Amino acid sequence: MSGMKRKKDLTFLQRIYLPEIVKGLKLTLTNMFRPNVTLQYPEQKFTPPASYRGRPVLVEDKGNAERCVACGLCARVCPALAIEVQASETENEKERYPVKFEINMLRCIFCGFCEEVCPEEAIVMSKDYELVFSKRSDAIYGKDKLLVPIDNLKDRLEFLRNFK
Amino acid sequence: MPKIIIDSKEIEFKQGQTIIEAARENGIDIPHFCWHPKLSVSGNCRVCLVEVEKMPKLVISCATLAADGMVVNTRSEKTLSARRAVMEFILINHPLDCPICDEAGECKLQDYAYSHSVGESRFVEEKAHNIKRTEIGPRIMFDAERCISCSRCIRFSSEIAGANQLTFTKRGDRVTISTFPGESFDNPYSMNTVDICPVGALTNKDFRFKSRVWEMSATKSICTGCSRGCNIDIWVRNNKIMRLTPRNNEQVNADWMCDNGRINSFKFVNAEDRIDSVQVRKEGFLQPVTWEEGIKTAAVSLKKFKPHEIAFIGSPYATNEDNYLMAKLAKALGVQNISIIQHSVEGDCDDILIREDKTPNLTGAALAGIRPNYNGFSLNQLVDGIRQKKIKAVYIIEDDLYSIAGADEKAFANLELLIVNSSNRNKTTLSADIVFPASTFAEKNGTFVNFAGVVQRIRPAVATAEMDRALDGMEMSKWDKFGTKFDRWMQGEKKDAKPTWRIITQIGEQLGMKFKYEMAENVFDEMSGAIKEFAGTDYDKIGSEGLKLKSEKIAVNV
Ligand code: SF4
Ligand code: SF4
Ligand code: SF4
Ligand code: SF4
Repeated sequence: MSGMKRKKDLTFLQRIYLPEIVKGLKLTLTNMFRPNVTLQYPEQKFTPPASYRGRPVLVEDKGNAERCVACGLCARVCPALAIEVQASETENEKERYPVKFEINMLRCIFCGFCEEVCPEEAIVMSKDYELVFSKRSDAIYGKDKLLVPIDNLKDRLEFLRNFK
Repeated sequence: MPKIIIDSKEIEFKQGQTIIEAARENGIDIPHFCWHPKLSVSGNCRVCLVEVEKMPKLVISCATLAADGMVVNTRSEKTLSARRAVMEFILINHPLDCPICDEAGECKLQDYAYSHSVGESRFVEEKAHNIKRTEIGPRIMFDAERCISCSRCIRFSSEIAGANQLTFTKRGDRVTISTFPGESFDNPYSMNTVDICPVGALTNKDFRFKSRVWEMSATKSICTGCSRGCNIDIWVRNNKIMRLTPRNNEQVNADWMCDNGRINSFKFVNAEDRIDSVQVRKEGFLQPVTWEEGIKTAAVSLKKFKPHEIAFIGSPYATNEDNYLMAKLAKALGVQNISIIQHSVEGDCDDILIREDKTPNLTGAALAGIRPNYNGFSLNQLVDGIRQKKIKAVYIIEDDLYSIAGADEKAFANLELLIVNSSNRNKTTLSADIVFPASTFAEKNGTFVNFAGVVQRIRPAVATAEMDRALDGMEMSKWDKFGTKFDRWMQGEKKDAKPTWRIITQIGEQLGMKFKYEMAENVFDEMSGAIKEFAGTDYDKIGSEGLKLKSEKIAVNV
């Protein structure tokens, strides 16, 4: 320690500290009067911007129809193996639909690859970040929880159209 | 030998070979849709165009004979641009169906679109539309939009299946395939066109939309539908068989299999009537018991009878290993009454693949020591013997006593002990005293010998309770590799069954015999030492191609 060289060439103002203290106090004071950004979660909720990647959801078109054709590409690309799809035949023009569509929210890492690969714009990242489960099996979301009406997803779909 | 130079590589060829054949034999792949090694040359897809020096125009390599000294270029700029043009042309009217198309993942057009195409279309007009879902045959769906008119299906039907059922109709961008009026595409080999169709125009109705091809594991095995023993792949997802496809083996089935084998020979593995526990009859009812108790009961019960009061019935559905150990157990107990039930359907055969004998291993069972009329003991004698109470105990594996011709409901009522190894419930298991759940052909290792004396291996594709995909070296899909016990897809049902050879091993051990087999391979190794037809063979030598046994008198005399 004794050999350590102190920096001696401080200016006078620096040596008396006062201006720095005033600067610090100014910062504190301006922040004291800035509008409050802390949210009283869960009473108050945060609404993320469209670019936010919350849990993936399935787009439900008008008329209660899912867009998904059960091609399984999202399941293929998912790096976390979170998605399981089982296709079946329908009389509709698109020929197939998912009888089973499950995402394991404990596996999902919210990367958005599924959204990117989907040829039907059927799976998108939502703004939902509230994922709570008390059992492992509760974390596996089926179609009942995944399907979201298209009106609630307008933000994201528009974001994708502009930036994807 | 004449020589040809392809992409500056000098290769030898046989006179009469085309450029594409010579190239293929030497590992040079020239893209092709309509050409197929087993079919006549049609030359309509034009994607195999190559440049040949001193020829003014590009030539199609599938229809141009290789000639001595020819210099072929499959990668010159001229070739590549022609190939790209052909791809662009074929894709003009091809729908963007890959996401809903069963062929995706094993589609020639999809693969070539990646490797030989530019990835963009200049075609802005409306694509030609056509009928999407037609039942062209009882087992096949046809999508006319996806068809690229390669004519493989037409040529297969007339040249291989010997059923001239398909033809082209219409012209230009409206051309499509069709059956002759009032006819259905229903020949017994029709589903091979699903495999050879280079696109997803023909799809397997039985498999349609059940799984994407990349989600399944494929295990090399043998079809059990008849004594041809066609080589197959068993495709499994979530521990369930999804489909069978033929696997090339020139000495057995070439590239084909029959429709019946393809869709009917595996359903029992997934069926509802699988036996799910060892059962022992107590107070008149079959009760589930542990394996230990079942094995012990079987051993104790067998001991109560004199050897001549017991009959052992092997099975042409069971492997060589299973039958061999049954014969060995019989010998150890002094049992002479050994037989096997045959399952032939007279007249149900052709000169392509289908055989009258509807079991995979009658020849093998005979070699392993279980043949019809062994020591002059016939099935009639069995039935009579039981009726006259001379035979009091029967142990039968993987078969149904009631399928014996002429055996009625009461034929076996006099039996004091009936032990059966069976995968599914049948009349025999319902009336048995001890029932062991047996693994099916898709759940065990083993060997079959086909009618022509080719010994071939089966491998486990579906895991049973005692197996673990990774530890038992089974084929695994990506999902099998990374799944945990908490994933739904890993919770596919695992049957509590054991292969027959293991059940017999345990009974033998219980009876104090030196039965020490850990794996089916141990049994086979012993067989290759004990049975002259199998001498010098082992699992590695049989491999995935099979081995033709050398014996002259392989065919079973019945
Ligand atoms: S966001 Fe990523 S991890 Fe989550 S389901 Fe989609 S692809 Fe899988
Ligand atoms: S990629 Fe899209 S259409 Fe395909 S299965 Fe996933 S959500 Fe459905
Ligand atoms: S046939 Fe091939 S290219 Fe055409 S839709 Fe099906 S997978 Fe895609
Ligand atoms: S259905 Fe398939 S095999 Fe038949 S002509 Fe069309 S593309 Fe070729």
